[in-house]
Amino acid sequence: MPAQVLTSVVDGLMLGFVYGVAAMGMTLIWGVMRVINLSHGPLIALGMFGTYFLFTGLGLNPYLGLLLIAVVGLVAGFVIYGVAVHRVINAPYLSSLLATFAVSMMIIGVGTAALSTSPFNVDFSLGSVAAGPLTIPGTRLMAAFAAVLVAGLLYLFLYRTKPGKAIRAVSNNRGAAELMGIPSSRVLALSFGIGTMLAGLAGGLIATFFPFTILSGETYQLKSFVIGVLGGLGNPIGALVGGLVLGLLEGIIPAFMPVSWVPVIEFALFVLVLLIRPTGLLGGRA
Amino acid sequence: MKVGNVGAVRPAASAAVPSIPARFWQRVSFWVTLAVVALLGAVAIVSQRDTLREAMFTLLMFASLASSLNILLGYTGYVSFGHIVFFGLGGYSGFYFISKQGWSIYPSLIVGGLVASVIALLIGLSILRLRGAYFALATIGILEAARAFVANFGPFGGSTGLSINFSVYRQYGGPAQALWTSFYIMWVITFIVVIVSFYIKSSRFGLGLLSIREDEDAALVMGVNAPRWKTLAYVVSAFFPGVIGTLYFFKNGNVEPADAFRLQMSIETIVMVMLGGQGTVLGPILGAATYDRLRSYLLTSDLFKNLHLAVAGLALLLIVLFVPAGVVGWLRGRFAQLRRVLE
Repeated sequence: MPAQVLTSVVDGLMLGFVYGVAAMGMTLIWGVMRVINLSHGPLIALGMFGTYFLFTGLGLNPYLGLLLIAVVGLVAGFVIYGVAVHRVINAPYLSSLLATFAVSMMIIGVGTAALSTSPFNVDFSLGSVAAGPLTIPGTRLMAAFAAVLVAGLLYLFLYRTKPGKAIRAVSNNRGAAELMGIPSSRVLALSFGIGTMLAGLAGGLIATFFPFTILSGETYQLKSFVIGVLGGLGNPIGALVGGLVLGLLEGIIPAFMPVSWVPVIEFALFVLVLLIRPTGLLGGRA
Repeated sequence: MKVGNVGAVRPAASAAVPSIPARFWQRVSFWVTLAVVALLGAVAIVSQRDTLREAMFTLLMFASLASSLNILLGYTGYVSFGHIVFFGLGGYSGFYFISKQGWSIYPSLIVGGLVASVIALLIGLSILRLRGAYFALATIGILEAARAFVANFGPFGGSTGLSINFSVYRQYGGPAQALWTSFYIMWVITFIVVIVSFYIKSSRFGLGLLSIREDEDAALVMGVNAPRWKTLAYVVSAFFPGVIGTLYFFKNGNVEPADAFRLQMSIETIVMVMLGGQGTVLGPILGAATYDRLRSYLLTSDLFKNLHLAVAGLALLLIVLFVPAGVVGWLRGRFAQLRRVLE
C-alpha cells in the first residue's frame, strides 16, 4: 500500500509540472491584460493534435515537434489577440470573457467537424525508469523535464530580457508603462502569444501519455483556473508551484477516498482560496 | 458595467418626478413583452404539432433562464458563469421528490425553486463579496464542484443519476399529455419570470440593483444596502432556474450530472442575454428566441450542420466586438424614442 501511494504521488507530481505549464499561460494572460482566456482549453487540445499530426503524420519526434508547436502557438496567439481580444481589452470584463469564449466555440466547432470527438492516441513510448519500488513512464519524466525547462526559460525571459521586462511593466501598470514609451499593444499581443504557446506546449506534452479528443482541453482549462488561483493569478512562477500542489493532491487523495471525489475537493479548494485569499496562496502578480 | 446602461437611469428620473406619460409607456413596454411571450407559446398551441411544441418548450425555457439570469447579470452587473448550477441543483432536488417520494409535479416545482434559492443564499453570502472576474471564476468553480459532488452523492443516484417510471405520467393523462402539460407550465413560468423581472426593474429594489451595477461603492455611500440587495437579487435569480430544472427533468424522465451542470449551457444563457440586451426586460426574451432559432437552423441545415458551433461562435464574436449593448440596447441607443417602449 505505501508503495502504491508513493507511485501515485510521484505520478501526480510529474503531471503537476505539465499542469503548471498550462496554468502559466492562463495566468500570464490574466496578469498582463486582466483577461480570463476561455479559449485556453481548446488551444491546449490543439497542442495535443499538433503532437499527434507531427508524430503520426510526419514521424517527427514529439519533443522536436514541440518546437514547431511553440512557434505556431505564438503566431496563433498574435492572431487571436488581434482579431478577438484587442478591441475589447478596455471594455468591461464580460466582453473579453465572451470574446475568448467565442474563439473557443469556433475552435471546437471546426475541430469537431474535422476531427470528430472520438479519442486519438499518440503511440509513442520511452520505456520506463525504475527506482526502488517506483516505476515512472519515460514520457512523464520527459514531460516533467520539459515543463521545468519551459518554466525556467519563461523566468529568464520575463526577468532578463527587454521584452520580458516590458511585459512585467505593462502587467504592473499599463498606463505608466505607456508613458515610459513601452508600446503596450505590442506587449499585450506578445503576452497573449506566449500564453497561447504555453497552452500548446502543455497540450503537446500531455498528448505523449494520455489519449485525447478535441474536447479534452476543457479539463485542463479548469485545472488551470484552480492552479492559477492557488499560485496567485498573474504569477507565472507561482503557477508551476500551484501545478505541483494540484498534482500532489491528485496523487494523495485517491489513497483516502474514491478517485471521483478528487474534483469535488479541487473545486471546493478553488472557491475557498478565492474567498479567503483572492490573490492566491503565493500572492500577487509577476 | 458600461454597456447597455444607455437610458438605464431613466426609470430613476421618472420615479422622482411621477409623470403619467412615463408610466404609460412603461405599461406599453410591459404588455409588448408579455405579448411576445404569449405569441411564442400560442404558435405551438395553434399548430398542435409535437415538434413545434418541443421547439417552443426549449425556446421558452431559455427565454426564462436568460431572463432570470438578467436579474443578476443585467440589473446588478454580477456575471455568473455558472448560473446553471441552480438549474441542476434545483432540478435534482425537485426531481428527487417526484421520483423517490412520489410527489406530484406542482409542489416539486416549488421545492426545486426553493432549494435553489436557499443554496443561492448560502453561496451568495460568501461569494458576492468578490467582484468582477473573481466572482465569475468562483461561479465556475461552484458549478464544477457541484457537478462533481452530485456525481458522488448517493441519494441523487451518483454518476448514473435518477429516472422516473413511465407509470408516473399516468396521473397527468399519459406520457403524451404530460408533455403538453409540461409545455403549459413552461409557458406560465415564462410569464411569471417576465412579470417578476419587470416588477423588480421598476421598483426601489431594482433601482438599488442598477446603482450597484453602475458603481457599487457609490451606491453604498448613497445608502443602498448593497450586500443585502445583491444577495436578494442572487436568490431571486436562482429560484426560477431551480423550478425550470425540475420541469425539464420531469419532462425528460431522467436526470444525470452531465446533463444538469453544463458550463456550455450556462455560457449560452449569458450569450442570449448579451445578444438581446442586458438590463432590459425584453432583451433576454428576444436574445433567447434569436439564439435558439439560429442554433436549430444551423443544426438542421446541411451546409452548417457540422460547423454549427463555429458559426454560433463567429456570431457571438461579431456581437461582442461590434454590438456590445445587444439588439435592444442598440435600438435604445440609436432611436431615442424607442427608449420608452423598450424597457
